[in-house]
Amino acid sequence: MSSVVQLQNIHKVYDSGEVKVHAVRDVSLEISTGEFMAVMGASGSGKSTLMNLIGCLDRPTEGSYHLDGVNIADLDRNELADLRNQKLGFVFQGFNLLSRTTALENVELPMFYGQKQVSTKVMRERAMHSLDIVGLTDRAGHFPSQLSGGQQQRVAIARALVNEPQILVADEPTGNLDSKTSVEILGVFQKLNDAGITILMVTHELDIAQFCKRNLIMRDGRVVSNELVAQRSEAPVEMQRLLKAEAEAKLTEMT
Amino acid sequence: MRISSTFVISLRALRRNIMRSALTALGMIIGVAAVIAMVSIGNGAKNQIESQIASLGQNVIIVFPGSSTSGGTRGGWGSSSSLTPEDAHAIVREVPGVVAASPEIRDRSQVLANGSNWNTQIQGESPEYLSIRAWELDDGAMFTERDVKAFSKVAIIGRTVANQLFINEDPVGQTLRIRNIPFKILGVLKPKGFNFFGQDQDDVVIIPYTSHLKRVARRQQLNSIIVQAVTPEAIPQIQQGITDLLQQRRKGREPDFTVRNQIELAEAATATSNTMTSLLGAIAGVSLIVGGIGIMNIMLVSVTERTREIGIRMSIGAHGSEILLQFLTEAVLISALGGTIGIALGITASEIMSQVNGWPTLISPTAIVMSFAVSAAVGVFFGYYPARKAAQLDPIEALRYE
Repeated sequence: MSSVVQLQNIHKVYDSGEVKVHAVRDVSLEISTGEFMAVMGASGSGKSTLMNLIGCLDRPTEGSYHLDGVNIADLDRNELADLRNQKLGFVFQGFNLLSRTTALENVELPMFYGQKQVSTKVMRERAMHSLDIVGLTDRAGHFPSQLSGGQQQRVAIARALVNEPQILVADEPTGNLDSKTSVEILGVFQKLNDAGITILMVTHELDIAQFCKRNLIMRDGRVVSNELVAQRSEAPVEMQRLLKAEAEAKLTEMT
Repeated sequence: MRISSTFVISLRALRRNIMRSALTALGMIIGVAAVIAMVSIGNGAKNQIESQIASLGQNVIIVFPGSSTSGGTRGGWGSSSSLTPEDAHAIVREVPGVVAASPEIRDRSQVLANGSNWNTQIQGESPEYLSIRAWELDDGAMFTERDVKAFSKVAIIGRTVANQLFINEDPVGQTLRIRNIPFKILGVLKPKGFNFFGQDQDDVVIIPYTSHLKRVARRQQLNSIIVQAVTPEAIPQIQQGITDLLQQRRKGREPDFTVRNQIELAEAATATSNTMTSLLGAIAGVSLIVGGIGIMNIMLVSVTERTREIGIRMSIGAHGSEILLQFLTEAVLISALGGTIGIALGITASEIMSQVNGWPTLISPTAIVMSFAVSAAVGVFFGYYPARKAAQLDPIEALRYE
């Protein structure tokens, strides 16, 4: 399988005046198409910085990064923005939806910044299709404040998908969600991955990482482990277990 | 650049903060409405003065007598009183482009008619006077050249005189006594109203200048000669022609006359109202700038408040230029919308002022176009700084912003 992400000896140093922070040290990494990778590590381990680099939100201080064969060192600010628009989809911990804007309009947003002019009708159709993938077509007209956390995150995923990206970059997507909703979101991710989308997900929870195909562990800006997951959790199975546990808890409460 | 999408994005953003957008636009609305209302008041005043000037007549040039010096004492304008009817005839005869000229004598006198009396201005003129002044008769007819030659005791009277002496009666054909001389009334003039010096132009009795010189004033000199030029463009040339002719007729004596035209009179009269219009406009313009600063304020607050939104937009592929354009479009939309409402409000306000206060207002299309253009320009000018600030944000920092 071909690699969609190729990092070679990547360094990232933040220079905030007096102190230099070496956030990422000499990371080389290849991510192949169809991968579902969890990036793990304690806070300050450099995992978020690595995500920002892979997500083309930031540029490495040293080293080279090829995304889908394109060397991002050669691109200017606007070309990076176009790259993010076309090849990357972002899902954030805090959902980052525009408030007082309907779910549908939120999902339409990336198409406004596409390089190809899309008609309003096509935009609507594609956004609805995206919402259909995450199972929220009936909530298209709702504002984020009218949606639950899980639903908001699914809208965010629909937004990330609408331009049919190569990689989905998710920064602690379940960080603000309870365990049941987390499994729900991971179920969406697994389904998307099965459909062929490469997913990169930052998390610090081990059981969440178990849903991925591969786990990458970082410490002090270095990759310390990069292994396949032996016992991968399947969202439907986990969901059954959770529901069963819930039912049992209720039963014990009643007696 | 995807301008139409930016427009949609900006509209959606404004709609999300409808209250704030409306309040910001209010500053613009007041500014533009003030400009339009003030300028229309100023223009109304100017227009009124101009129409009064126009009531003087068409392409009018007036020759006044000059000053005389006797024994070292210099009299003022008019003291020499050396203009004669022959001067008037010579002007018509010899200066090209002159349509007509009327020798003028003015005198105040008590007039008697119908058992009543009234003090009014007795004016001696030639038959062409009415066409020079663009004045028409309501009733009857003007005296003729034959009446002039025959020193006829005939008169036409203004509306005020008619109202004072002949209540519910037709004055035409009746007799009017000026200094005990009976004059037959041939016609009544249409009302012309007050001139810009505040005189009632209808309070007048007009008789042939020859009759006036011989029977009423009993002198040889005229008060002035009123001349009509063929076109407004010909006025300066004719003015010069009259000056040269009269000078020649005085054979090298000191010039004892002065030639003025309507435009000079009009300019003097409108200068004040022009100043007033600019002053009012300038004050209103200040409020327009204050409105603009209001927009900048709100846009700056908006950029800070929406830092996260900007971060989201950038992370999903918005260029800096598109963020700039979005915020700029928002600012321009607010100010243009405010401008449009302001125009409507300004027009309404000046209508109300003319209805309620009776002030003459004239809505000037220039003021409308200008204030709309200015309000849009204010939007661009005061929207640019906040918009640029937004466009230069770093996407990661913006996303992290709480």
